[in-house]
Amino acid sequence: MAEIFKRSKPLAVNPLKASQPIGAALAFLGLKNAIPMLHGSQGCTAFGKVFFVRHFREPIPLQTTAMDQVSSIMSADDNVIEGLRVICEKNAPDVIGLPTTGLSETQGVDIKRLVREFRDKHPQFAATAVVPVNTPDFSGCLESGFALAMEAIIDVMVEESVVVGRRKKQVNVLCSSMLTPGDTEAIKEWIEAFGLRPVLLPDIGDSLDGHLVDAETTPLTLGGTPKGEIASMGESAATLVIGRSLAKAADLLKQRTGVPDFRFDHLLGLDACDAFTLALAQISGQPVPARIDRQRAQLQDAMVDTHFMTGFLRVGIAADPDLLLGLGTFLAGVGAEIVSAVAPARAETLAEVPGHSVQIGDLEDLERGALKHRAQLLISNSHAAQAAASLQIPLLRAGFPQYDWVGGYARTWVGYRGARAALFDIANLFLGNHHDTPAYRSIYRTDAGLDPQERAPAGAGLVRH
Amino acid sequence: MKAFEIAELLNEPACAHNKKEKSGCAKTKPGATAGGCSFDGAQIALLPIADVAHIVHGPIACAGSSWDNRGTRSSGPTLYRIGMTTDLTEQDIVMGRGEKRLFHAIKQAIDDYQPAAVFLYSTCVPALIGDDLGAVAKAATELWGVPVVPVDCAGFYGTKNLGNRIAGEAMFKHVIGTREPEPVPDSAQRPGIAVHDVNLIGEYNIAGEFWHVAPLFDELGLRILCSLSGDARFHEVQTMHRAQASMVVCAKALLNVARKLETDYGVPFFEGSFYGITDTSQALRDFARLLGDDDLTARTEALIAREEAKIRTALEPWADRLKGKRVLLYTGGVKSWSVVSALQDLGMNVVATGTNKSTEEDKARIREIMGEDAKMITDGSPKALLQAYKDYNADILIAGGRNLYTALKARIPFLDINQEREFGYAGYEGMLELVRQLALTLEAPVWSRVRKPAPWAAQKAVGEPLTDIRTALEASHG
Repeated sequence: MAEIFKRSKPLAVNPLKASQPIGAALAFLGLKNAIPMLHGSQGCTAFGKVFFVRHFREPIPLQTTAMDQVSSIMSADDNVIEGLRVICEKNAPDVIGLPTTGLSETQGVDIKRLVREFRDKHPQFAATAVVPVNTPDFSGCLESGFALAMEAIIDVMVEESVVVGRRKKQVNVLCSSMLTPGDTEAIKEWIEAFGLRPVLLPDIGDSLDGHLVDAETTPLTLGGTPKGEIASMGESAATLVIGRSLAKAADLLKQRTGVPDFRFDHLLGLDACDAFTLALAQISGQPVPARIDRQRAQLQDAMVDTHFMTGFLRVGIAADPDLLLGLGTFLAGVGAEIVSAVAPARAETLAEVPGHSVQIGDLEDLERGALKHRAQLLISNSHAAQAAASLQIPLLRAGFPQYDWVGGYARTWVGYRGARAALFDIANLFLGNHHDTPAYRSIYRTDAGLDPQERAPAGAGLVRH
Repeated sequence: MKAFEIAELLNEPACAHNKKEKSGCAKTKPGATAGGCSFDGAQIALLPIADVAHIVHGPIACAGSSWDNRGTRSSGPTLYRIGMTTDLTEQDIVMGRGEKRLFHAIKQAIDDYQPAAVFLYSTCVPALIGDDLGAVAKAATELWGVPVVPVDCAGFYGTKNLGNRIAGEAMFKHVIGTREPEPVPDSAQRPGIAVHDVNLIGEYNIAGEFWHVAPLFDELGLRILCSLSGDARFHEVQTMHRAQASMVVCAKALLNVARKLETDYGVPFFEGSFYGITDTSQALRDFARLLGDDDLTARTEALIAREEAKIRTALEPWADRLKGKRVLLYTGGVKSWSVVSALQDLGMNVVATGTNKSTEEDKARIREIMGEDAKMITDGSPKALLQAYKDYNADILIAGGRNLYTALKARIPFLDINQEREFGYAGYEGMLELVRQLALTLEAPVWSRVRKPAPWAAQKAVGEPLTDIRTALEASHG
């Protein structure tokens, strides 16, 4: 059990944390015909937009209530109602997500009341669901903001019902912020292999996977979970919950609908994949398809092949709690040692991260921990490239943001095939950075000085970034 | 920051935006606003100062999603790339412990990174709860002997543009005029060449592009006392008041610094650009003119003649490939004309340009360069841009990074012209990179392929065989 060290410095240096409002926005970006509007100053949205544009390499619909000096002091309530009206009038979205920010929370907004006021004032926009959520950036991190938005989406869009299993083949999947578009695609295929019909909430694989469409401009999300599907979640046979951060959202869904749920901390590595596959077999009553057995055998083969590189591998990881636990457990399961683990904010999962401790902190903490414990590999977002360069060890990119690595957003980590690809990559990074024993030249050797000048072998000290 | 101080900054007398209305910069509209805030603008203007610890005072959102995301380059220290924030917690805010955390944060930054100075950027939350950055900065400076500079730039004060001005104001108030420049080292003296001290204001050395131009300054004997703020050092900013001339590069934003240098210290300034052959030459000429040195003027003309001849020869092989290509340009302010000049130098045809952020003066320049019937676009929404692209039969869209995916999703060639870009286009040399990037996207073989429908999609449209078979079968069974 890992010891949790709380934040130890007044100044965060090279922050690991991304904010709650951004996390909430991401959840809304996985809904169809949707747009999030952050209740804050225009910068809150502009920064969030650039953050996601650079990560996904996609246009990102994101609006702002544009609080200015007067409304920040006097009241910004009108900004919210006006902003909702403008978006409804212009784009008629199915869903508007309405996360608050540090600014509006410090001011003291009652965001739910404002949505009620909007409903009273503009009944003509009743077809648009508006989902308010309190996500100040002075607490939590991207993951917790995402989870809060999930809870709010269920609260607003799923009604109380007792029709469990009316759609026998339908299963709900609650997806944590650690899942990439590549992950959600793989999860869908996995479930479909058992003859089941998955409803993913949210489905960022459908909206942010990066695909060209006929329409040239799209002011709203161009894919994602449809509003109608969310409303039908009470009719499903089961709910699969991926990521401990979604516990509260899962509780709410269960309480509303009575749909039984199966909860998973993550889907990384053999054990997690086995548990998920078993659950699918139980829910569907179908035998495990032969091709999944084959993928499992392929992963086992890769584990044997790569254990020379992953065994005793000293790894430093910095990520949001769900991902940190997932990666840590996966790597420990192939013999690696988590020598430095950093999370941006507290979560109950952190105590279960394999390793001696988890530091609540930043990428400076990761770099110092990795240096102290002579880490051989870093796993974190693109910002850790600086640390990896100065430590002269490779970096495997995971989490948000990945702006210097094309396709990072689309990587598939989950499932037997995802785990196999990750093992290959980790092994290759290790091989590419392998430090040979420094040559020793005996004092008695006579050819000293005659050998050509030694050159560093190609690839030595190479930093992948 | 008090309301009247903001009003004063918005009402920049040297800014042509103010000739028509008092408001200066446009107001924002809930649900329909794009662009960054004042904090963003202040960071853009000051972050390139490379040996300073830039501390963002606020909760995580402000620094967390924006640190180390700009294209500016330093030839020395890289401290500016290290993201620093007080990352305020709920407890800090409720209990009023923000100032205390900030104070210790400054100490930590000084101890761990030995900065030449510490800049403190205020954000919305501390501004709302009333943290006194000025007092913290003063106390920290006195206690630790490192200059600590407050920049009061809460996001809700207004736009990015206002943030630029706030940054300039902070430099003028706290930094400029606090040190005398070092004498020119003997090793850098050359017989017959008088050294003149100059400033560049609003040049950010994106992708290191100013390094294409810097050698020319050295050759002419123009010592850049300070570039605010590309590849700058803190001590350079301190000496800006001793320059003999300033150039405001490609932006109205820091005009207030140039104007105050002129009124308070008698440093004359001009506005210019380093994009394109014509404008680069013009900028060098303007320096010679303001400095009033005949010998410099003669040497400048000789250098211009040499460099222009050299670059025109180098560009020749590209000329046929780019000549006559139709460009839709959408970018803010001064760039609306400065880039036009660069493209015309290449024989390209700018069919329309965006004037959303341009002043009347900018528009006059556009008419001067593009002719009286120059098409100007004010609506920068993706839909309007693509419509204009079609209406004017353009071959390429040149705009800021924000419009990158607008273009790519519509499958049209694109060139990024804003501060996040990864290629430098400034000066004579920069033109070579510009043509390369233009040709690269214009001639990319991917465009025809990504516009091609799937072969089976066409088949289905023509024959619809599946449906036909089914209806035929049903008909025969019925």
